[in-house]
Amino acid sequence: MKSFRNHLSLVVALLSILFSLQTFIIVDRSINAYKMNLAQNYSLVVVSQKNLKEKDIIKKSPLIFSLEPLSPDNVIKRLNAGINKNNIAILKLSLPRFYKLKLKTYPSPSEIDKITEALLKNRSIIKVESFSKTHDTTYKLLLLFKTVISVMAFSVGIVTILLVSKEMKIWQLKHNERMSIMGLFGAPTWLSSAVLFRLAIVDALVATFLSFLVFMYISSTSWISEQFSSIGIEVVVFDVLKDTSVMFGLAMALSILLATLIVLSHKEEV
Amino acid sequence: MDKVIVAQNLSLSYSKDETIINKVNFSIDSGSFVFITGASGSGKSTLLKSFYGAQEPQEGSLIVAGVELRDVSKSKLNLLRKHTGIVFQDYKLVKEWTIEKNISLPLIIGAYDKTRIDEQVEKLLKHIRLKHQSGKYPKELSGGEQQRVATARALSHNPILILADEPTGNLDEYSSDLIWNLLVGANTDLGSTVIVVTHHIPENMNIDYKHFHIEYGGIHEVV
Repeated sequence: MKSFRNHLSLVVALLSILFSLQTFIIVDRSINAYKMNLAQNYSLVVVSQKNLKEKDIIKKSPLIFSLEPLSPDNVIKRLNAGINKNNIAILKLSLPRFYKLKLKTYPSPSEIDKITEALLKNRSIIKVESFSKTHDTTYKLLLLFKTVISVMAFSVGIVTILLVSKEMKIWQLKHNERMSIMGLFGAPTWLSSAVLFRLAIVDALVATFLSFLVFMYISSTSWISEQFSSIGIEVVVFDVLKDTSVMFGLAMALSILLATLIVLSHKEEV
Repeated sequence: MDKVIVAQNLSLSYSKDETIINKVNFSIDSGSFVFITGASGSGKSTLLKSFYGAQEPQEGSLIVAGVELRDVSKSKLNLLRKHTGIVFQDYKLVKEWTIEKNISLPLIIGAYDKTRIDEQVEKLLKHIRLKHQSGKYPKELSGGEQQRVATARALSHNPILILADEPTGNLDEYSSDLIWNLLVGANTDLGSTVIVVTHHIPENMNIDYKHFHIEYGGIHEVV
């Protein structure tokens, strides 16, 4: 029971950190998936007096994914009545060329400005339509969501530091006496602090394992994937290998750091 | 005879303004039994602490078992402490360990094999009449029993030097007798040097011993 209590305090602190981290990772993945989704449905329209080559346009910005010509047939069809075929052919030649410009990711307003500026340097391009009003609203919503998540991550960071420092004080009180007594009988630092490091490593393993179980369960529930499907995205809630490694790395780093700080700040009681 | 402790112009203090031991010269023979007496606050415990490196000399030289303790390195100090057994006035037992494990501490630090540790701990538990309580924790024992455990721990690795700070202060007669028997046994049977800081020397000490008295920052041998 006593041993369980010794482990519980750090395991709980580590669990809260790992849960926050994994939640942040899931939200970040959702935002990125949503951005990709938006990017697929978003394109700029480029109007040019001459034919454009895709490879020349792609060179203008690393964000540009493809350039597809838009057929003017629909416009001409509406003008079809009362105009003879020769005039239509002349009209077709005199109409500017329309292109759909697809991007790799959903751009920020400043990235759109940069792409527009780069495209307009080509003298044959006379207009770039970015549908900025609709884009800006969506982008601002996305930005707001990301800011909220960043603030949350920052808060978790602060809470983490507080939890770890509080835990450090508790551990200092708990282990200082034993380390001092061992030191008085000539124990080297590695031996007198061995219990501390063993405790830290075991707690990191326990916290990682518990988080692993919880997120494995969450990722297997259909409710979560249904929620993501409803907004048209697919998100990997828990990447077993990658996420477990990240959680294990963080838990281990924090507990080893905690143990090291205690050993470094240890003063022999005589 | 070899000297286990040699002090030359040794000064000890807690701060620059307050010197507790002032430029003393003395030596202690290897294998001897020594009492250090003095009034409360005279510096006898401080002097004992300096023998195991818990109080650094402010001035002069202090050599214990061949190790100069002024500006001593951590590794040399650890080596000295491995061959020293200390009995503290406040026992200093590890609360979360059983008394069996507490006694075995110096043996664990000395990397003795498990069989040797078990044998030695069992022998000492018999000596201190606590074999039946080996699995208990310090807080489950009385003060006298805890001090018996602390003394057994100090002797467990057959140290060359045993330092005891008021080992029987406020203890019942039974525990006091057991502790004195252990300390005398370590001196006569194993040849350990035993230095005891105390207010009163027991009247029934049946061994040759030396007596140093501390007064006004100085130390002198009482013949």
